[in-house]
Amino acid sequence: MVKKVAMVFLVCLAICGWAIQPALAEYTVGAIFSVTGGASFLGDPEKKTAEMVVEKINKAGGINGQQVKLIVYDDESDATKCNLLAKKLITQDKAVAVIGPSVSGLSLAVVPVFEKEQTPLISCAASYKIVHDEKTGKPYPWIFKTPQSDSLAVEAIYTQMQKMGISKIAIISVTEAFGASGREELLRLAPTYKIEIVADEKYGPKDTDMMAQLTKIKGFAPQAIINWSVGPSQVTVVRNWRDLGMEKITFFQSHGFGSRKNIELAAGAAEGVFCPLGACNIAELLPADHPQKQVTMEYMNDYKAKYNEPLSSFGGHAWDAMNLLADALKAVGPDKAKIRAYLETKKGFVGQHGVFNFSADDHNGLTKEAFQMVVVKGKDWALAN
Amino acid sequence: METFPFLNQLLQFLVTGLTVGAIYAMVAIGFNIIYNVTEIINLAQGEFVMLGGLVMVSVHTSLGLPLLLAFPVTVLVVTLVGVLLDRLAIRPIRKPSVMTLIIATVAASIIIKGLAMIIWGKSPYDLPAFSGRTPIDIGGVIIQPQYLWVIGFLVAVAVGLTLFFNRTILGKAMGACADNPDAARLVGINVRHMVLLSFALSAAIGAVAGLTLTPIALMDYDRGAMLAIKGFGAAILGGLGSFPGAILGGLILGLIESLSAGMLASGYKDAYALIILLAVLFIRPSGILGNLEVTRFKRF
Repeated sequence: MVKKVAMVFLVCLAICGWAIQPALAEYTVGAIFSVTGGASFLGDPEKKTAEMVVEKINKAGGINGQQVKLIVYDDESDATKCNLLAKKLITQDKAVAVIGPSVSGLSLAVVPVFEKEQTPLISCAASYKIVHDEKTGKPYPWIFKTPQSDSLAVEAIYTQMQKMGISKIAIISVTEAFGASGREELLRLAPTYKIEIVADEKYGPKDTDMMAQLTKIKGFAPQAIINWSVGPSQVTVVRNWRDLGMEKITFFQSHGFGSRKNIELAAGAAEGVFCPLGACNIAELLPADHPQKQVTMEYMNDYKAKYNEPLSSFGGHAWDAMNLLADALKAVGPDKAKIRAYLETKKGFVGQHGVFNFSADDHNGLTKEAFQMVVVKGKDWALAN
Repeated sequence: METFPFLNQLLQFLVTGLTVGAIYAMVAIGFNIIYNVTEIINLAQGEFVMLGGLVMVSVHTSLGLPLLLAFPVTVLVVTLVGVLLDRLAIRPIRKPSVMTLIIATVAASIIIKGLAMIIWGKSPYDLPAFSGRTPIDIGGVIIQPQYLWVIGFLVAVAVGLTLFFNRTILGKAMGACADNPDAARLVGINVRHMVLLSFALSAAIGAVAGLTLTPIALMDYDRGAMLAIKGFGAAILGGLGSFPGAILGGLILGLIESLSAGMLASGYKDAYALIILLAVLFIRPSGILGNLEVTRFKRF
């Protein structure tokens, strides 16, 4: 009998000890990125960046003496997997907050999960709808995001066009969430900036050629073309533009063009292409007194040293998300509601993609000034103005 | 701003459509070669195209072999992958039914894609165009020199295969397997070797399609599936098993896509292509050049 009681007692002790221990040791932070699949060019640098940031925090002694444990999952660019992984992070891994997903479509898919579980999510995807509840007209309480909304990129492009005296344009976009959302904003904001859209063309994400669409656009003789896509297709479309001898029609790319790799892949065709970019793409070009000069240079040097590959602007979104979360953990500890409240009132956070000023009405915290308009000159970016 | 006459636009659509169509046609031919000998649809066909592009990138750009040498090396490497596919995935299956074999090719395509992702990473790669990137301007219609290469290779493949199947013993033996494997076995043809050969041949043609496409559209590890779907569509449209049908089907598919993107709503170009495909199958279930009598004897 005594033996039995002792056994039960021991088992209980073991279970309790096992259950209590991880809660004491560290802060658990979750991340979901599209590390593989169609959006891997987003998820891959994001994962690397988040890991790099956490490693740096832990090396410096952690947050408030606690080590940060980052659990990264790969959603393989698949909405169903993304949803399951979000639930797993919240319920099984007990993450206090989650960063990601990488893509607008997937972020929108998990918004209800985080709202229901009352866990903060800092998305790394572009769409304005992620932080805008159409029913209430306000942001979803638990959802934040670091990338500039596509509406800001559109405003930055249209502002530049007004400066250049362009008023008659054609748009061409890819038929997936990023392109569709950008296209909507382009159409919505055009009247405000007195811009006339004469052609509205589309292509598929895996298309090998956009000659037909561009030929049609050429027939309308617009002053400029705006392309809204990410991945290999945005390089093909620039090449086709060059091949068709359409240099007189100024080419604008979305902020998705933010990688030097794209200039290289365009094999000379990208010369003269305009594009709105976050500061971290052009850290070296920024004047020394620019508020983001220091953080962007530091990130660029760290990333190049660790991974020996050029920086992609998408990693910067993960940098912003992870550091925002680290600030929150430092200030209020691992309490979901307090983290949420802290993020909502965070002001003047100097990140890779702008200076963030969050409020109850704005869970993105950026303005169109978060974009610098750049133009491709001599196979590199140059400030346009 | 200069004007751009409608006729020029139309010609431009045709040029673009024929180029894209030529790629689809080459993929469709690859489907047909394996289908004719084994009656299976090799769903890893798109992966051969992807490998063709990426192996060429490694051999030509990274290792620095000249084009003339890199070309055969790439084709050989991909052919080897095709041979391995047959030896490792197709032949070991104990009781081969058409369905299990097709599923084996699906598995193989996922494995090849995964390995390509590990080897080359996820970013797209470019190749220098074979004869420069200066576009040729013929009366306002722009033709990239690479387009001519793509169409040229399609012609070369078509001529080569016609000679092979009509003039050589080996080709005729393969044709015999396609017509009746049991009878072919009776007259002493090693059907297994013919199956192996068919995989090798269609891998080689896939590789050619991939390495000519890459300078136009870049190549990344997950491009294969889409090309396989388009190529399969082309093969069905032209009539599964028919080589002239595959070429016709590919070119028609490319033209529909290009013309509908240019003249109708570009967002629905794939839908137009599918509608035409369905319409053709409705009127001629065996495809444009397919033969219904022959398909009756096939298991799939």
